[in-house]
Amino acid sequence: MTDLGADSRRIVLDADQIARACARMAHQILEANRGAEGLVLLGIPTRGVVLAERLAKAMADVEGVSIPAGALDVTMYRDDLRRQPTRPVGHTHLPIEVDDAVVVLVDDVLFSGRTVRAALDALGDLGRPRAVRLAVLIDRGHRELPIRADHVGKNLPTAADERVSVRLEEIDGVNEVTITREGALDHAVAGRI
Amino acid sequence: MRHLLSAADLKLDEIETIMDLAEEMSLVQGRPVKKLPALRGRTVVNLFFEDSTRTRSSFEIAGKWLSADVINVTAKGSSVSKGESLRDTVLTVAAMGVDALVIRHHASGAPWQASQWIDAHVLNAGDGTHEHPTQALLDAFTLRRHFRTTEPGLLDFSGKRIAIVGDITHSRVARSNVLLLNTLGAQVILVAPPTLLPAGVDSWAAAVSTDLDEVLPVVDAVMMLRVQRERMSGGYFPTSREYTIGYGLTLPRLRMLQEGAAICHPGPMNRGLEISAEAADAANSLVLDQVAAGVSIRMSILYELLGGADDSPPPGHREAVVHA
Repeated sequence: MTDLGADSRRIVLDADQIARACARMAHQILEANRGAEGLVLLGIPTRGVVLAERLAKAMADVEGVSIPAGALDVTMYRDDLRRQPTRPVGHTHLPIEVDDAVVVLVDDVLFSGRTVRAALDALGDLGRPRAVRLAVLIDRGHRELPIRADHVGKNLPTAADERVSVRLEEIDGVNEVTITREGALDHAVAGRI
Repeated sequence: MRHLLSAADLKLDEIETIMDLAEEMSLVQGRPVKKLPALRGRTVVNLFFEDSTRTRSSFEIAGKWLSADVINVTAKGSSVSKGESLRDTVLTVAAMGVDALVIRHHASGAPWQASQWIDAHVLNAGDGTHEHPTQALLDAFTLRRHFRTTEPGLLDFSGKRIAIVGDITHSRVARSNVLLLNTLGAQVILVAPPTLLPAGVDSWAAAVSTDLDEVLPVVDAVMMLRVQRERMSGGYFPTSREYTIGYGLTLPRLRMLQEGAAICHPGPMNRGLEISAEAADAANSLVLDQVAAGVSIRMSILYELLGGADDSPPPGHREAVVHA
């Protein structure tokens, strides 16, 4: 990572900007739902889970009630399982039953929309939510399915060969969102989409 | 991982991956829709040359809950009863385009042999007196869950003492368990009458004892093996009553166990012979947990083997071998 040229890797959001984006999304989710009633946040592993916890905390600070936050792993619902070696499966944790709840799916980057499609299928096997909404920190465009986010931290126009990396303190030790030209990487890391 | 033939093939990190995934799989049992789409379009054939209820049905449920198509072929009522050889049966089933064969056979080594003939994944569901790796995995998974109730986050079994009691000579469950528990770092103690200890047991990575009363107070878990009634006429022990007195987990022996020590039995149990009803139904008996774990572990294994891209050799591979 250190030998990348200065112009090939660019910080799009720093720690303060990520914090402000999360706070704004927390407000928007509460406003759209007219309060915390029936809300449950489900993060998509790995970084979506951390973001869901952050949003829940921000919402609790605003509303004074605790919002349940959990994790929804979608690995076994992906449409590209056959395209690579067996993928490791993440942890699913439902803090409450999803039946009749308003589920807010949380992920770090919205790209092709395929992960969200998998998440909707996974959710359908777990129950029948009253409504499902989508909150993402970054919407980088290039959708391949008719899916859009309800709450977006930052809309980020990108080229298809650029790579957006979200790093969060709980996992990566630092809070930042960067954008890199794929060609600039020595070894191309398969992007999570 | 391409096949699951022996517990000895599994490295520590692979065992942990399989058990961690089995934890996730176990959540499916409590869901309204007991189905995951991961193995859609895959075909699994259970090829059973020996009777089995729990292994076959749990492989079947595991495959179905992962959305694979599962077909059962049993020796009785198939071409095997017409005298077809193992090789022809395996090649015939494989020629239909199946992705995995789950094989139980009375001959030790049959699944390994089958894996040499075909490109499909092969899972050993018990071969002769050799191995039963999925049983060992589900036993270890059940024990890990049990140990974690008092030691959350426990990773391996170092410092744990586990006794395996009964007919070691003829037990594939014992062989796979010794191998797997060793990889996990546990100390294994085999307990049996001298007639039911196999030749060369000294070379196994396990301590050996013929005195159950001496072993019970020091172990964290005891696995009782089924006395196979067909062995009774073999002169291995005088009478079933005498076996119970020497090696059965009777009520007095139940009281010798440390508090919290686990009781396991791979089933089917002979109540009153190798295990008393009190022990089988005791609060620390894990017998039913083992059955439930069987489905989760087999889902995990099937996903590990079949969940990703096909890694089978490119077409033409077989011809290349033939001409070589």
